[in-house]
Amino acid sequence: MRKNPARLLAWAGLLAALAITLFPFWWMLRTALTGNANLFDGSYSLLPDHPTPINFERVLGLASPEEARAAGGTAASMDFWRYLQNSVLFAAAVVAGQVTFSAMAAYAFARLRFRGRDVLFYLFLSTMMIPPIFTVLPNFVLIKSLGGVNTFWGLVAPYFFMTPFAVFFLRQFFLSVPGEIEEAAGLDGASRWRIFWQVVVPMNKGPLLTLAIITAVQTWNEFLWPLLIAKQENVRVLTTAMAIFQQQTPNATPDWAGLMAGATLAVLPVLLLLILFGRRLVDSIRFTGIK
Amino acid sequence: MAATILERPLRRRTARRAGPSWQRGHGRIALVFLAPALLGFAAFYLVPTVRGLWFSFTDYNLLSDPDVVGLDNYGEMLGDRVFWNALKVTGVYVVFNVATQTVLALGLAVLMERLTRSVMIRAMVLLPWLVPNVTIALLWMWLLDANVGFVNHVMEQIGLAKQGFLFSPDQSILTVASINTWRHVGYTALLLFAGMQLIPRHLYEAGRIDGAGEWRMFRQITLPLLRPVLALVLVVSLIGSFQIFDTVAVTTEGGPVNASRVIYYYIYEKAFTQFEFGYASAMSVFLILFLVALTLLQMRLLRASTSDLA
Repeated sequence: MRKNPARLLAWAGLLAALAITLFPFWWMLRTALTGNANLFDGSYSLLPDHPTPINFERVLGLASPEEARAAGGTAASMDFWRYLQNSVLFAAAVVAGQVTFSAMAAYAFARLRFRGRDVLFYLFLSTMMIPPIFTVLPNFVLIKSLGGVNTFWGLVAPYFFMTPFAVFFLRQFFLSVPGEIEEAAGLDGASRWRIFWQVVVPMNKGPLLTLAIITAVQTWNEFLWPLLIAKQENVRVLTTAMAIFQQQTPNATPDWAGLMAGATLAVLPVLLLLILFGRRLVDSIRFTGIK
Repeated sequence: MAATILERPLRRRTARRAGPSWQRGHGRIALVFLAPALLGFAAFYLVPTVRGLWFSFTDYNLLSDPDVVGLDNYGEMLGDRVFWNALKVTGVYVVFNVATQTVLALGLAVLMERLTRSVMIRAMVLLPWLVPNVTIALLWMWLLDANVGFVNHVMEQIGLAKQGFLFSPDQSILTVASINTWRHVGYTALLLFAGMQLIPRHLYEAGRIDGAGEWRMFRQITLPLLRPVLALVLVVSLIGSFQIFDTVAVTTEGGPVNASRVIYYYIYEKAFTQFEFGYASAMSVFLILFLVALTLLQMRLLRASTSDLA
């Protein structure tokens, strides 16, 4: 690619790919900033004709029912602010529990010797092969029988204690920590527990943070489980709220402006993560094969 | 479902069989470390797997106690035309999605690899993969709207007829597949990009000295040496692709008629709208067996294609 025309062509290709990747997000924002009345007047300009915050106000429940109806929405109250909070709480609780408990288990598998360790580990691994839809049915039955439908704990529980992937992922890193460091600490009589928290965890801050970010994104995107468990407003998360919003709007003309405002709210935290941890995310995806 | 790609090689050095005495037998403390994970594993992975298997032999419907019906659910499955159709629709989806996604991702990865190290470009490429499926589905539903969607506007501008896309029987499943291709190309490209980093630079330099062009170097250096990574990416893409649910649930709900009723969505409907838990479980068992067989088959092909570098 030393020849300039070829290189130029390649850059054109890359930029086209970037444009195709990013344009839909621009159109989402453009739509969110356009009143429904102006949305269908045949204008496809790249900038909103009469930019307005009304759609964001509507989905966040800041507009009065009259204003909402005037802007082409339903008068039904929408509280994306609450769904946003629920999503953040859901992700935070799952990250806290899953990363902590998976790290503890990963340490045991990597460093401790006990009977049945390898069998247990392969049992953990083999469940990675099972598609979630299979365990979702019995898990739903279990949470329902425990009275966990429409509760926050019911929503969080299946993700809270571990995922086979998280244990597997961290074990790889713990295995590569030199054993001598722990050995020295062990001979000092420091307990395993303290070695773990004061030596192993600080030494693996990087992988732990990476796992936390991956887990946060996945939980943020979760749809099927919240759809089954968190139906009521008080525990509803952003993804299911959007799907419900879409199904509730009058079928002739969906409230696209409102929907895109809600969609923008779901993208913003992800964008924030990408800005804060761009390099880490980009470098970490080679560890994942999660769809 | 998850698998690890390009994982760091297991370093066995420190996991000796017979360590020093302080390292031997940590049963009690191991239990402390493992307790929460074991609880979660038993409650949400192990028991549900066994229970799901058992459901598949019963007529469980959430409301009344299950009766064992033997292989009836599996028998019903064989005669259920919607089930077979769902498998066919899923097959079309998977083939189209994985093929387009992999080819486009390979192209994108090569462009990135040859042109730039920019983290920002790689981050931008990853964005669609990080955004919830539901958001992506709604966004494309709007872009592809039959009357006022942007895509149809562009189609009209360049003299093509407006298309129904998601709501056309002929196009719906391919449209869903294209949406997910769009979502996953960047992610897949980054996986392949990481694989390309493992190819020694000097091979390209040697190629250049020999006067090889870009295309020849791609065909004779990149592609053969990327094969193991490519194969792994294919396995992961394929298994992930089979689990298409969110996009269908949000956009077409399986329609028009059964045109986009994929297997995951059909199982969901049977279980949670018709409460046929037994039947739904039987279909999931079938899906697992199918996926395991597919993985084993691919692993064999994978082993047959170890890197030419080795």
